[in-house]
Amino acid sequence: MSTAVEEVKRGVVPKPPQTEVRREIRPAPERYRNPIGRYKVNRSADCQSCGLCARLCPHGVHEKPAGYRFPLRPRDHLCIGPECAKTDHYCVARCPRHALALTRNPTADILGDPRWPSDLILSTWYEAETGHAPPGGLEYRQGASGGGFDKLRLRFPEKPPREVAASEVDTGLDLNRRNDGRPQVHIDLPVYGGGMSFGSVSIHAILAKARAAVAWNSFTCTGEGGYPDRLAAYDDHVITQVATGLFGVREETIQRVRMVEFKYAQGAKPGLGGHLLGDKNTPDVARMREAIAGNALFSPFPFHSVYSIEDHKKHIDWIKEINPRALVSTKVSTPADVDMVAVGSYHAGTHIVHLDGSYGGTGAAPDIAKKNIAMPIEYAIPKVHKFLVAEGLRDGVVVIASGGLRCAYDVLKAIALGADGAVIGTAELVAMGCTRCSNCESGRGCPRGIATTDRELILQMSVEWATQRLINMHHAWREQMVDVLRRFGMKSVRELRGRTDCLSYLEDAR
Amino acid sequence: MPERYHIHTLPTLARFQRVGKFGTADWREDCSRCKNCVKLRCLYDVYRSEAAHNRNPAAPVEPLFECKSCLSCVQGCTKGLLSLALNPEFLALGDSYWRPDILATTWDQSEAGRIPVSGAGYRGPFSGPGFDAMWTDMSEIVRPTRDGIHGREYISTSVDIGAKPMQLTFDAAGALKNPASLTEVPMPVILDPAPWGDPGEVIMRARVAAAAALHTLAVVPAKYLRAVAAEQRRFVVPLFEGEDVFAHADALAQAAMVEVADGPACADIAKKLQRGMGFQPMNSTGKMPVPQRLVAVRLPLRPDSAKRVLGLHEAGVNIIHLCADYQGREFGAERPRFIKEALREIHGQFVQRGVRDEVTLIAGGGIALAEHMAKAVICGADLVSVDIPLLVALGCRVCTASPLPEKGRGGERGCGRAAACPVGIPAVEVSYAAQRMVNLMGAWHNQLIEVLGAMGIREMRRLRGEVGRAMFLEDLERDAFKELVRSA
Repeated sequence: MSTAVEEVKRGVVPKPPQTEVRREIRPAPERYRNPIGRYKVNRSADCQSCGLCARLCPHGVHEKPAGYRFPLRPRDHLCIGPECAKTDHYCVARCPRHALALTRNPTADILGDPRWPSDLILSTWYEAETGHAPPGGLEYRQGASGGGFDKLRLRFPEKPPREVAASEVDTGLDLNRRNDGRPQVHIDLPVYGGGMSFGSVSIHAILAKARAAVAWNSFTCTGEGGYPDRLAAYDDHVITQVATGLFGVREETIQRVRMVEFKYAQGAKPGLGGHLLGDKNTPDVARMREAIAGNALFSPFPFHSVYSIEDHKKHIDWIKEINPRALVSTKVSTPADVDMVAVGSYHAGTHIVHLDGSYGGTGAAPDIAKKNIAMPIEYAIPKVHKFLVAEGLRDGVVVIASGGLRCAYDVLKAIALGADGAVIGTAELVAMGCTRCSNCESGRGCPRGIATTDRELILQMSVEWATQRLINMHHAWREQMVDVLRRFGMKSVRELRGRTDCLSYLEDAR
Repeated sequence: MPERYHIHTLPTLARFQRVGKFGTADWREDCSRCKNCVKLRCLYDVYRSEAAHNRNPAAPVEPLFECKSCLSCVQGCTKGLLSLALNPEFLALGDSYWRPDILATTWDQSEAGRIPVSGAGYRGPFSGPGFDAMWTDMSEIVRPTRDGIHGREYISTSVDIGAKPMQLTFDAAGALKNPASLTEVPMPVILDPAPWGDPGEVIMRARVAAAAALHTLAVVPAKYLRAVAAEQRRFVVPLFEGEDVFAHADALAQAAMVEVADGPACADIAKKLQRGMGFQPMNSTGKMPVPQRLVAVRLPLRPDSAKRVLGLHEAGVNIIHLCADYQGREFGAERPRFIKEALREIHGQFVQRGVRDEVTLIAGGGIALAEHMAKAVICGADLVSVDIPLLVALGCRVCTASPLPEKGRGGERGCGRAAACPVGIPAVEVSYAAQRMVNLMGAWHNQLIEVLGAMGIREMRRLRGEVGRAMFLEDLERDAFKELVRSA
């Protein structure tokens, strides 16, 4: 055993100072000049700058700061649309010069797809900007994919079985259920951040995720691209991922964290390895991954050292030996026998079974894999939960679901189906301004500076702004979780686990 | 290492006008001409290339459609004047089965010859009818059936066409009495003519050339046989209506297989052909002589096809080409089943009788994407025939502009004449068309290998009927949600 390992065991390795980030909700407006909303409010040249609209609008669409001769351009992404006509502050009707017009924004209609419809993207942006669910009309609770979460509804009792104050509701989760002498790790939300490698996303995105994880006492994950030095200040909230390519994995990066994740497979491309196209393998990325710049990097599938649960145990033992205080998470995708995999993984000693369903996100994957391989997470959660219950193991392991969980309601539905908590990825990117244009893989990557490592492109997004967006989004999600739990009369999100009686399933319209 | 099957793809620019999804940027009045959108915001230089395209007198009048919809220009516009919209022409492409995104990805694949890769997660609906109601499996940490460590290069996509004896029999001298008569194709696809219209001889020749390049087979209607070059005849499956087959001894001489349309006499014709002399079936090594001619019966898929297929097998036909309609449905049924259900029934009954290896099932109709190959084979086909995608590779929009009298599309009025086809398919060059088809099949082959690799299956032949390597919507729904309360 190396001396470094000995030192960690004795607790003598000096820890870099850890950065504090305050859990504070502050407005984080769109970083582009023109935010996109469902509606457009046009002000014509007939406006006489009386300022009535600014005084009327409670949503902040119109603004005429003191001392300004003209009102500012309408911040129409905040507009709640024609619904406002029912109120007495409908600017279009009240304008004395009829200078205001309300139309649908055609650009809003090109956003999104059945999984992430326009409304869900716009409402995630709203949540990231304000820290609260959007008012008026935007559907923030589900997508339009016509199946899975989008056919599940929370089934509220007419009146809560008991009154619970908002301050009493606990959304936290303990991640060590094994009683194995390793430290308990508590997170304040039943959600943590998914693995995104340095290479797939920019260092700014990585740091923002880590800082938001600090603020919410949660985690972010390195993904398979090494452990950037700048993450050291957030070690306590970082998960080191050990994936099949072992890019950038060193003993030291395993020793510095509280949690280590084995990635066997990824939901978006189950049964295939990771994939970083050559153009995104910049010199910085290549250095981190100890690879040659410009070459496409493929991770193998599977771990070529693991062909059985016994091999898997050997892997986990290795991590546990190197870092005696770490919890181990095992990330697997969702084959037909995912229940067997979960039980096997429990017996191998994992603390967390992380199921990644087939509709999850990715920096680059073959389209055929994203659509067709392995089952959606909605099917895998009950399968694993029921099997673990039947085996009498359910309370010995934490089940985390990911892969297509887009909003707070998806997380709650996943928990009601039997998961303990969730991992999210795409929702975080959307909060940072992703439009889901799906060009992350091509050229130097993301045109909006999120999923790229190009030195110029990343400057489009600052760490501070992105951090605030994530903190805000998590706040909005927590508000929704607390609200839902109160309506069920529950004091803790842990009470919701496996409560399929809290769900209903939409009948087909046929 | 054994010699690898390799498809030589070559990027081949489309010679037809693509219809793009985005690209209607709308300027409202009041543009300040700051040109930020052009010079600063658009990372892909779409504004510049579209401007160059518009100034080029030789370029078509349609826009370029290169926008990737990142919205940087819309959101970055100094005065907030830009907006972007979906192209209604794109949304109107195809129909409910041949959706615009299927046409667009087929165009891309025929152009690049590469597997489509993109960022972000899956974007489509949760599930759908037909092949969209099943998922293929993958191998996690451990699986007793997996083939062990292998790379993609060791995955074989070859399949056999022809009957395999269920057991070997030997004569007194120890010689094999019932050798298999098989031909091997290196990927589970043969190239079929389109189910409607007739785009003409050029397209037929391109299809044969593509089959030759892919080392697979192309089905060619009898009237075009004389136009096939002699060196390509071994890649051709002549298609006959019935007795007319006996008038084409020369075409049969080199053909790998013959296909006869289903009819009362087809089993007799098949038997005669099987016994007949004269043509040398192709096989990949070119060495093993095949003792029996390969004769397929082409059968439109109907609700009673399972019975008919059994009857044909009993009458000695051992290759059956099942053709569903262009959307993969049964013909002549009030509530037609999808080909996937029909295949499971037909495959299942052969398995139950213990004679599955004595027949080869070729499934056609509705095969639109690479995943459909794998899924049709999982449901019980040995291989598939692909038809419409080969035309889509040349720009076909599965359009409704030229309706066939009874089917409502694609009739003689349109598809055969370059002037009537919106993308002028009948007038393309053979080598261009063949390369586009080869590119598409190359991309499909690559995708097939991805799926096989994920499943931990090393042999295409082993995928046939392996429903255990797939998950079906109805089973998953039942297992996951059966106890949930229903709501409207």
